[in-house]
Amino acid sequence: MMAENMINGGKEKLVVIGTGMAAGRAVEEITNRAPGRFEIAMYGAEPHTIYNRILLSEVLAGTKSPESVFLYSTQWFERRGVTLASGARVEAIDRAQKTIALEGGGQASYNKLIIATGSLPMVPPIENINTPGVFVFRTINDCQLIAAYARRCRRAAVVGGGLLGIEAARGLLEHGLEITVVEVMPYPMAQQLDPESGAMLARRLESIGLKFLFEKATQRVLGSGRVRGLRFKDDTAIDTDMVVISCGIRPNVRLAVDAGLAVERGIVCDDRLLTSDPDIYSVGECVEHRGRTYGLVAPLFEQARVLADHITGANPEAAYGGSRISTRLKVMGVDLVSVGDAREGPGAVVTRYAEPHRGVYKKLVVRGGKLAGAILLGEVDCAAAVIAAYENDAAAPPRHADLLFGAGGGADTADALPMEAAVCTCHQVSKRVVVERIAAGCKLPQLCAETRAGTGCGGCRPQLEALIAKYGGAGRDPAADYYVKSVPLAKPELIAEIRRRGLRSVSAVIRELGGGLDDPASKPGLASLLRTVWRDRYEDERDARFINDRVHANIQNDGTFSVVPRIYGGVTSPGQLRRIAEVAEKYGVRMVKITGGQRIDLLGVKREDLPAVWRDLGMPSGHAYTKALRTCKTCVGQEFCRYGVGDSTALGIAIERRFQGVETPHKMKLAVSGCARNCAESTVKDVGVVAVPGGWQIHVGGAAGLRVRAADLLATVSTQEEALTIIGRFIQYYRENARYAERSPAFVERIGIQRLRALLIEDCEGQAQRLDREIQAEIENYRDPWTEGRQPHDPMQFRGEVQA
Amino acid sequence: MRSDWMRECAMETDNHTVSSNSGAIALGPVGRIPPGEGRCFKIGARQAAVFRQRDGAVFALQARCPHQGGPLADGLIGAGAVVCPLHGRRFRLSDGAGVDNELAARSYPVEVRGATIFIRGLEQP
Repeated sequence: MMAENMINGGKEKLVVIGTGMAAGRAVEEITNRAPGRFEIAMYGAEPHTIYNRILLSEVLAGTKSPESVFLYSTQWFERRGVTLASGARVEAIDRAQKTIALEGGGQASYNKLIIATGSLPMVPPIENINTPGVFVFRTINDCQLIAAYARRCRRAAVVGGGLLGIEAARGLLEHGLEITVVEVMPYPMAQQLDPESGAMLARRLESIGLKFLFEKATQRVLGSGRVRGLRFKDDTAIDTDMVVISCGIRPNVRLAVDAGLAVERGIVCDDRLLTSDPDIYSVGECVEHRGRTYGLVAPLFEQARVLADHITGANPEAAYGGSRISTRLKVMGVDLVSVGDAREGPGAVVTRYAEPHRGVYKKLVVRGGKLAGAILLGEVDCAAAVIAAYENDAAAPPRHADLLFGAGGGADTADALPMEAAVCTCHQVSKRVVVERIAAGCKLPQLCAETRAGTGCGGCRPQLEALIAKYGGAGRDPAADYYVKSVPLAKPELIAEIRRRGLRSVSAVIRELGGGLDDPASKPGLASLLRTVWRDRYEDERDARFINDRVHANIQNDGTFSVVPRIYGGVTSPGQLRRIAEVAEKYGVRMVKITGGQRIDLLGVKREDLPAVWRDLGMPSGHAYTKALRTCKTCVGQEFCRYGVGDSTALGIAIERRFQGVETPHKMKLAVSGCARNCAESTVKDVGVVAVPGGWQIHVGGAAGLRVRAADLLATVSTQEEALTIIGRFIQYYRENARYAERSPAFVERIGIQRLRALLIEDCEGQAQRLDREIQAEIENYRDPWTEGRQPHDPMQFRGEVQA
Repeated sequence: MRSDWMRECAMETDNHTVSSNSGAIALGPVGRIPPGEGRCFKIGARQAAVFRQRDGAVFALQARCPHQGGPLADGLIGAGAVVCPLHGRRFRLSDGAGVDNELAARSYPVEVRGATIFIRGLEQP
């Protein structure tokens, strides 16, 4: 042993068992304090490098790749002289020999050892639990197994309605499954919530599509060969195709127990994170400190710092005193902050505020004049102040509600935080540190990289942005908010200036607001905006348009154009088909193609021939070349389909007739399906309608392009007329508020589906009627652009090549 | 330079056909190009993209984008450049130099005299 140390230049060997977030953080803190001091080797059972486990539900959902949640690069390990052995499970610790043994052979010696084995999923005693189709949710590998299996399933049950269970359910929803969450308690997230807020959260999550079964203890998995259902202790049962167990975690202590270390619920550690062996430390979820174990990153990172201070000798006095727990979560789009212990009982002074119609609930529990716990659900603008009051153990203000609403009655933000309070509670980054880096010129990405703030759960990023806005001065790039690059105004300010100055043409806007710089890339966006603002009073300068919008056809790679006539709802006729065939032959169309939007594309038409092609077709423009409503795909529906519950073709045709030619910030593809089988693929459309018994579901923000995104449910209505009204309202709101070329998925995510529902369905700001009027006026202003074939805007409009 | 070119133009006998042994060609009335747009002019087998800025200045570049052959005359113009409609490569109108790209388009001297556009230097293909 000694000889080996000598060979290594006297470097002490540090072995770390575990490659979770706590292990990674401990090694990072150690190599920060004493670079090169130890020869460090990390052993992890998982086949991956260290990753951000907090983001696993996004990996499960498929919105993040496994690689994108990796925390450290290969170079990082090299630079710090750390050897990482992935897929290397440690079998045993020999404290006498100071070695560890690896599964499948091999061993390594240590001078100091850190046990960071984390935790294992808690699996309740359920009969038949080894049936194929039952999973736990803890690792990247679990996510991959669940996602692969989900492809063959329609329904999934999640056992456990705590934070982890809801996260798993959220990830599974993205796979299009019907999800039932089974919970023993009468409401979800019982660790963080009370019955009232729990019921409120359950309602919100149900409206997004989750089903709950409360007060159900699972007894047995049904099915042999594969999962068919679950039976509960009350003798009820449900059918399901797969089961995900997420009932919490338990410290992974087997190695420590086998090695004879002191273990209770976790590996017992003192304030220096030392176990009962003076050469063995422990950190993370496997640690029990002063009788408590922790399952959130912030305490684990605190432990990692103390451990590093101690093991390197950087600060031998460092001591871990336990953590005060506050969490900030986003549960399927619903903000939730949970602080300390918000249970009621003797000695608790409770302040409660609820707005059930908005899903907002706030509760403070003060004990002995200090904030002991809090719940903030649905609206968390006061979170920074509440968390700071708790973590600083400060006296509560005489009027407790001041913590929720601010003493001045104004909304509280990062602005109100004391300088020493943490902005990022995951990494405990203080406002002072953040502000100093901002003052040094850091923008968000650099700020996050340098301070680590915002790189845990990411929940504090809005506060970081607010601080950058306040302290960043010239550091922040204001161009990020401009509607188009060359005019330094965001969309609302730009519209206001255009109205105030009566600017009706693109060149007028460029001259008056853009300093005369006629950036070509900015012109189409300005033209689109001016048309939306002024409608028929817009002064149309054709040179501001992209070529497609000058000639109302889509340019192809050889300079010819494609012609797509409108076929409403994808329903055509023998007469139309005959005309299309004749036109294709007469004008030498090179390809006749059925499009994905249920129309017919004539490809290879010369610019000069466009007017004659349109005349001979006698059909209106399908707008397949521009940022406007493109098509409304339909399935056969009630009229013929034996499963149809709604007349999808009729509604599709009505939608297309009503909104044809309405220009939008980017193209919009729509669909109507006649039943839940969704044959028209409505849930990956910008606006997609699905017939349900007694009405229609309207989904918005779907996409199946570069990125695939399932649309969010905006509303369920009972009649076609209501569907047309809600769709029109959404389209108009999108027209007024989206950035140029921002497609609906990005827009819906930016505004938030909750907010859209509040605005467009609940009409919380009283805008609905105005939006309905605006879109109606736009519809009445519709004119088929192909009529310009008969009356060109100018004589050269369809002349592509000119003979000299 | 410029006065020589003017003299050559003055030698033109017919505004609408090839003339002058130095290769200056009349392309016809400037009104053939709507303000702020471009058009592709064909002279026999030869062709050029000719642009007319809103301020009246006229420029000519090779007709096909050096990137993948897109019709440059159909591009949006502004800030002294044209943007190819196919893949967005930008070229300076005055000399064809690529803006933010390594490619370059050939440019041709072009002038409006009276209301007629004249171009020079078009090679036989």
